[in-house]
Amino acid sequence: MSSHDINVRHVARLARLALTEDEIKTFEGQLGRVLEHIDLLKKLDVTDVEPTAHTHPVYNVTREDVPGPSLPRETVLANAPRTANNLIIVPKVVE
Amino acid sequence: MDLATLTLDELQKGFRAKAFTPVDVLRTLELRIESTEPSVHAFLTRDFQEALKAAEHADVSLPLGGLPIGIKDAINVKGHPCTSASRILEGYLAPYDATVIARLKTAGAIPFGRLNMDEFAMGSSTENSSAHITTNPWDSSRIPGGSSGGSAAAVTSLELPAALGSDTGGSIRQPASLCGCVGLKPSYGRVSRYGLIAFASSLDQIGPLARSTRDCAMILNAIAGRDPMDSTSLDLPEEDFTARLDQDLKGVRLGIPKEYFVEGINPAVRATVESAIKKCSDAGAELVEISLPHTEYAVSVYYIIATAEASANLARFDGVRYGKRAENPKDLMDLYLRSREEGFGSEVKRRIILGTYVLSSGYHDAYYLRAQKVRTLIRRDFEAAFEKVDAIVCPTSPEVAFPIGERANDPLKMYLADIYTIAANLAGICGISVPCGLAEDRGAKLPVGLQFLAKSLDEAKLLGIANAYESVSGWKDIVSPI
Repeated sequence: MSSHDINVRHVARLARLALTEDEIKTFEGQLGRVLEHIDLLKKLDVTDVEPTAHTHPVYNVTREDVPGPSLPRETVLANAPRTANNLIIVPKVVE
Repeated sequence: MDLATLTLDELQKGFRAKAFTPVDVLRTLELRIESTEPSVHAFLTRDFQEALKAAEHADVSLPLGGLPIGIKDAINVKGHPCTSASRILEGYLAPYDATVIARLKTAGAIPFGRLNMDEFAMGSSTENSSAHITTNPWDSSRIPGGSSGGSAAAVTSLELPAALGSDTGGSIRQPASLCGCVGLKPSYGRVSRYGLIAFASSLDQIGPLARSTRDCAMILNAIAGRDPMDSTSLDLPEEDFTARLDQDLKGVRLGIPKEYFVEGINPAVRATVESAIKKCSDAGAELVEISLPHTEYAVSVYYIIATAEASANLARFDGVRYGKRAENPKDLMDLYLRSREEGFGSEVKRRIILGTYVLSSGYHDAYYLRAQKVRTLIRRDFEAAFEKVDAIVCPTSPEVAFPIGERANDPLKMYLADIYTIAANLAGICGISVPCGLAEDRGAKLPVGLQFLAKSLDEAKLLGIANAYESVSGWKDIVSPI
């Protein structure tokens, strides 16, 4: 296993994404080449460099805690795949 | 006079002089759209009757009164479909207006139609749309660029005077370049992202595509500003972005990054861009060679950060609260796995996998954290450059529009073509692509864009420089073949 081998089957599971055997094979090849390219970054010395998460760091942005109108329940539920009694229906989670 | 050929500014003058009305314009555009759409396919859907009703009541004294503006399918317009060109959002109706839409409406504009794009804005060709392929108005066998390909194609085929797009790594500027219109990516934080379906939250920014720099400035005036619904939007003094459009290029210092004119650029594109830069210098600009030493790392940094953020943002599409749900799931895990499998296209899956991988246990520091550190170095390159120059001038894309299907199986090659646009998103600065001429590729003549980049929040200066170039570019004499 070279350093650019990516275990697509495992990662897909983490991402909650089912893939076909063909997709797994294709992605392993394509993403292996992308990771090989990305290895460029290892050439750089980044000791003592601060990471950038946002280009304009703004911290603790809060707004007044004032109640306001929310979206109507029926508008929100209209986009749900399955509903009943103003609730979203999902498969049983707890046995 | 063909109303479809007019810019926003010209339409507005006509409205106010009572030469024609917003209804006249919409009726003209609808005819135009009917004749060009069978080959361009820029729209996913459009509601002409609703727009007509808005046009009938338009107040043309407002800043954008009565002007139709097309909307990329990633931006919510209340009551309309909003799918980001993905199967997973089939049937979804936007329950609210994005802040940019609310602001356009307040300014009197008429948001019109849903414009095609690469699924979730992931792509550079609009071939990743789950709906259909949009073609380049200059050559229907070629791609319009992407991801805002529908927006660029609609504007250049004279279906609409202007449109909104979104730009995460070049998705406004690159299609503007490949189709031959103006596309502006504002600085990060300039425009609210509330109501834009998120791709990479630290890079995404909404901006205009139009047929002139002035029109982009007019739209930016309407959509910019702090929004309590987006904590990353910046609280800045109000600014008129059209204020510096009368400036010329005399004494303007333009930086030419030496790293941008090396390998990988199509020679015809290079020649077109170099002659455009010469026009800037003939018009009085001072050309300064600069260095952006970390250029070669930008694509790698981008594809780590953008996919990492995307993998988190797209976790919300799980088949539970909205969007597509797989039939007869045997349990909740099966519902997640299959709803996402059936709902997402290949490129989106590929990027979710890459993004999940670079964030996963054991790899986070080697990839994601390192990429964020190199992002700092890229940002510093630009800060140092803008000490010496007013703006940077360079190609928008190393190539012209390529034939449909040519890149489909080579994602790395597609990613590498983003080299000139992605650094602006990583650094949070503003950038604009302006048409600068045609270059020949395998017998076809295709548009080339010239990109100007300016430091963060320097849009007024950027637009002034772009507009001054536009007036000497000679582009107005070039007529689109469609």
